[in-house]
Amino acid sequence: MPNYFEPEIECASRETLREIQSQKLAAMAKRCYENVPFYRKKFDEIGLKPEDIKSIDDLSKLPFTVKQDLRDTYPFGMVAVPRSELARVHASSGTTGKQTVVAYTRHDLDVWAHSAARSIVGTGGTKDDFVHVSYGYGLFTGGLGLHDGAEALGATVIPVSSGNTNRQVQILQDYESDILCCTPSYAMYIGETVRDKGIDPKSLKVRIGIFGAEPWTEEMRREIENALAIRAFDIYGLSEIAGPGVACECEEQAGMHVQEDFFYPEIIDPVTGEQLPDGEEGELVFTCIGKEALPLIRYRTRDIASLTHETCKCGRTLVRMTKPKGRTDDMLIIRGINVFPSQIESVLLDLGMAPNYRMIVDRQNNLDTLEVQVEMNESMFADTVRSLERVEKTIANALQSTLNIAAKITLLEPKSIERSEGKAKRVIDKRNIV
Amino acid sequence: MQIQQLSVFIENKPGRLAEITEVLAEAGIDIRAISVADTSDFGILRVIVDKPKEAVAALKQHGMTVSLTNVIAVGIDDEPGAFSKAVRLLADEGFDMEYMYAFISRDKGKAFVIIRMNNGQKAAEVLKERGFDILSPETLYNM
Repeated sequence: MPNYFEPEIECASRETLREIQSQKLAAMAKRCYENVPFYRKKFDEIGLKPEDIKSIDDLSKLPFTVKQDLRDTYPFGMVAVPRSELARVHASSGTTGKQTVVAYTRHDLDVWAHSAARSIVGTGGTKDDFVHVSYGYGLFTGGLGLHDGAEALGATVIPVSSGNTNRQVQILQDYESDILCCTPSYAMYIGETVRDKGIDPKSLKVRIGIFGAEPWTEEMRREIENALAIRAFDIYGLSEIAGPGVACECEEQAGMHVQEDFFYPEIIDPVTGEQLPDGEEGELVFTCIGKEALPLIRYRTRDIASLTHETCKCGRTLVRMTKPKGRTDDMLIIRGINVFPSQIESVLLDLGMAPNYRMIVDRQNNLDTLEVQVEMNESMFADTVRSLERVEKTIANALQSTLNIAAKITLLEPKSIERSEGKAKRVIDKRNIV
Repeated sequence: MQIQQLSVFIENKPGRLAEITEVLAEAGIDIRAISVADTSDFGILRVIVDKPKEAVAALKQHGMTVSLTNVIAVGIDDEPGAFSKAVRLLADEGFDMEYMYAFISRDKGKAFVIIRMNNGQKAAEVLKERGFDILSPETLYNM
């Protein structure tokens, strides 16, 4: 018998959900118009009045929001509440190397925590479980998202954060963690460490894995499930909307239930912007109908997915989304961190170097690796090995501080990277992600 | 008195050294001394040639990263202990060597050491005072 955290929502009739969504959307349109100059301008430009938005069917009248809008209004230009009402900020790295900042009120953090709590319960978690959070804590939403979700559920949190894999395994053994939360690639690595230490995974109490923040395949799911003797579930989120818990798989492992009373999803044709019906793939768009601080309207995620409104075998009526298949642009997810080639470009330009580079992404020991090859030029060249190694280190440090990711830098001779007509081939991704 | 040495950035990949020296050969450049400093993924080719300016032009034309670096060339008697006397002197006088390499000339009894240091001009004077043979650029290029 499946458990629910908030069955009155999770198993509500579609009509009830529609009513809730319609009310929230109408209120949101009004709030956005009154409190966010950016939206007021957009509404006025198309002659839209907030009172034109009466039900969720009116959603398509509203304009889209894109990541660039957040950058243009960086850091807090889209925030709809006074600064003093903010309870927390998180940030994600942006394509220009400039982070986009997202803000939450106390209410928003509760919405997010409830979303994460529903997600944990959906995977079979209970308030009696020890939830081992190996996502990074900090501006990245992963760690605190699952942390707050587990607390809202009343479970016990082990805030391990990421890194130090031996200690992760030790804690799994000694503290008897029931639920492990991290990126799927890190779960693979933990699984391998368990095996290398000669530990029988069945001897570990952990039974559930909640993994997200990067794309992963069914094959990877099976490998993780075998390596740790658990069931592994996909969780979805993005900081602009909330963080992990926006959607999550239930025990059926048949798509991720979207917390659609907070985050209303649509699938659109990325070219025309037209809404697409259930089952059709397109760009995933969210409207934050349940949020105060950053009530984004029709935010384009650039993730490609499809939706189904069929009631799930678990009893939930909440719409399900497929695992995002890919991005509509060239973003890479490396160790759970969003990386755009253009970020590398801007780092090099900031260092006064020509942006002739290539990224080689691979997976070694189940962890993503990034090599950045940079073409040498006269101004970077010096006659000693030491000074060239300093150039490599300078680039590596700049990437680390901007992207929060460790990269191996390799200097190449000028013109050794193939030039292409049109869009440059900047990325060689050797990982087996479809 | 300083010698102009060519420094060329090279990726560590098979055949690269051959390709670069072929460029010099085609331009009719004669190599006097050569050395390679290497790391796991790149190297620096250091070479002294008879016509440095032409060599730089030829290499640049082939898209290579090349620069000219001032080094000194010290002539040393080809006998035990001669080299150590020179480097002892430099050490005692407080000169910091960045790198060096050596070659033997066609003339019997002489060896030559190419030394790169930040204060090369001064070092050359000190060595000369102590009787070491400091080669002029012309002498070395036309050797």
